[in-house]
Amino acid sequence: MTATGTFTPQPGAAPLPRMIRSQAVLETRMLLRNGEQLLLTVIIPSLLLVLFSTVDIVDTGSGGKAVDFLTPGVLALAVLSTAFTGQAIATGFERRYGVLKRLGASPLPRWALMTAKTCSVLVTEVLQVALLTVIALALGWSPHGNPLTVALLLLLGTAAFSGLGLLMAGTLKAEATLAAANLVFLLLLVGGGVIVSLDKFPDAARGVLELLPVSALSDGLRDVLRDGAGVPWGDLGILAVWAVLGLGAAARFFRWE
Amino acid sequence: MREEPAVDIVGLVKRYGSKTAVDGLDLSVARAAVTAVLGPNGAGKTTTVEVCEGYRRPDAGTVRVLGLDPVTEAAALRPRIGVMLQSGGVYSGARAEEMLRHTAGLHAHPVNVDHLIERLGLGSCGRTPYRRLSGGQQQRLALAMAVVGRPELVFLDEPTAGLDPQARRATWELVRDLRRDGVTVVLTTHYMDEAEQLADDVAIVDGGKVIAQGSPEQLCRGGAENTLRFTGRPGLDLASLLKALPADSTADELTSGSYRVTGKIDPQLLATVTSWCAQNGVMPDRISVERHTLEDVFLELTGKELRA
Repeated sequence: MTATGTFTPQPGAAPLPRMIRSQAVLETRMLLRNGEQLLLTVIIPSLLLVLFSTVDIVDTGSGGKAVDFLTPGVLALAVLSTAFTGQAIATGFERRYGVLKRLGASPLPRWALMTAKTCSVLVTEVLQVALLTVIALALGWSPHGNPLTVALLLLLGTAAFSGLGLLMAGTLKAEATLAAANLVFLLLLVGGGVIVSLDKFPDAARGVLELLPVSALSDGLRDVLRDGAGVPWGDLGILAVWAVLGLGAAARFFRWE
Repeated sequence: MREEPAVDIVGLVKRYGSKTAVDGLDLSVARAAVTAVLGPNGAGKTTTVEVCEGYRRPDAGTVRVLGLDPVTEAAALRPRIGVMLQSGGVYSGARAEEMLRHTAGLHAHPVNVDHLIERLGLGSCGRTPYRRLSGGQQQRLALAMAVVGRPELVFLDEPTAGLDPQARRATWELVRDLRRDGVTVVLTTHYMDEAEQLADDVAIVDGGKVIAQGSPEQLCRGGAENTLRFTGRPGLDLASLLKALPADSTADELTSGSYRVTGKIDPQLLATVTSWCAQNGVMPDRISVERHTLEDVFLELTGKELRA
């Protein structure tokens, strides 16, 4: 049925950039095609932004416009949803269904797979930030500060959340990852300074909550975007520690099958 | 370089906790041939293959695949092998064609994807997400992914388990084409007929060891003798028949009027039996020659039944 020579061995890996690009495109497509992921990464942050900016439910603290308080928090939430929750759940199920195992026997090196995953997370985040920015501007948002500082915060936040998400995906069962990642998302949404100012919490709790990566990210973004602050070194420091711990632990404990 | 075996395993031991999955296994796989690793569930087939694929580190013994160490030289080995896992391996939301194109894109000189899709009958489900494919379609996609990179060596772990007869035949055809084009194929199976149909070489594995290896013909000849049966008048005197037969043959009346001759059943022996019948005025009804199958060999070696 097949012409002689169709399968004559001619092995070889494709060039690395081509493999990584192909893998990143596939990962991004998987992410954007998944309804539950879109709910988490697009719909929930957008709804929260619109709802809490227009309806006076949450006391946003310092008396400014609600949207100026909320947008930095929702941007932090968007990064959390993609880099942590979405990536943890997707990777957990890829591990469970042997996708990581099968790719492990392909010419694509593991570090290249992780690079592709990171690219796909970053592409998704760019889309999220663009969408949320448009919505926020439509709601009267007036951002301040240096965009590069914002980008640095988002990147470091992505690194911190990715490390924690991959640690979870690589060590727990897929179902446990699914449950835990959603629970963490919910808890951080409430207790991470995203829509509820940490000033509302008792001092003791606040001291702890401020050390959470999502609190550091939303606080840092708020300092810059709302208050026009310079580089929020304290928040960057917290994110850097989480990134080192999370990525280090993920690299150490991640199991591929 | 070409003379060395595609896979060379000496004294492989692999334990999972207290359970020994592979227990001193030796196996040599010839290049450009089909080798079937045949055995019941739990015999150690998959573990052996996964050690060769670099997924597991041996507890003892040496494994060379295409002359390389599958763990320490994985980066050099991976582009040269094709792998079909027993199940899974595809994003649940990925479409069949999309996944195959992606896999092809990881290789330098892939097989034409359209051709492979048509060949394996995946055209009708090319846009179907993996999770909605039937079991047979999932198997064929995994097979396509294993061969699309034009590998030198392909590992197929139970490639036809659970397939309907038509899909099974399509898989067999593909394996034959791989062999024709000089690809080395290692497949695990617990189907006797699959090993008999496809394999140049069969390694029978049980209890984590290779207990017999050879071509299907060698195994059938060596393991068990063949049988000729006929029915006739009860109570025939077999002494004169035995005298006429070669020395290593046997002849007996199993039940009344039902006779069995064992030994090397060839045209000469058949002629000897029929002329003896003619001399004794016996009409040998229902005369039949039974070639021993791998199934018989396996039963004899292990005392266990395999799925037919």
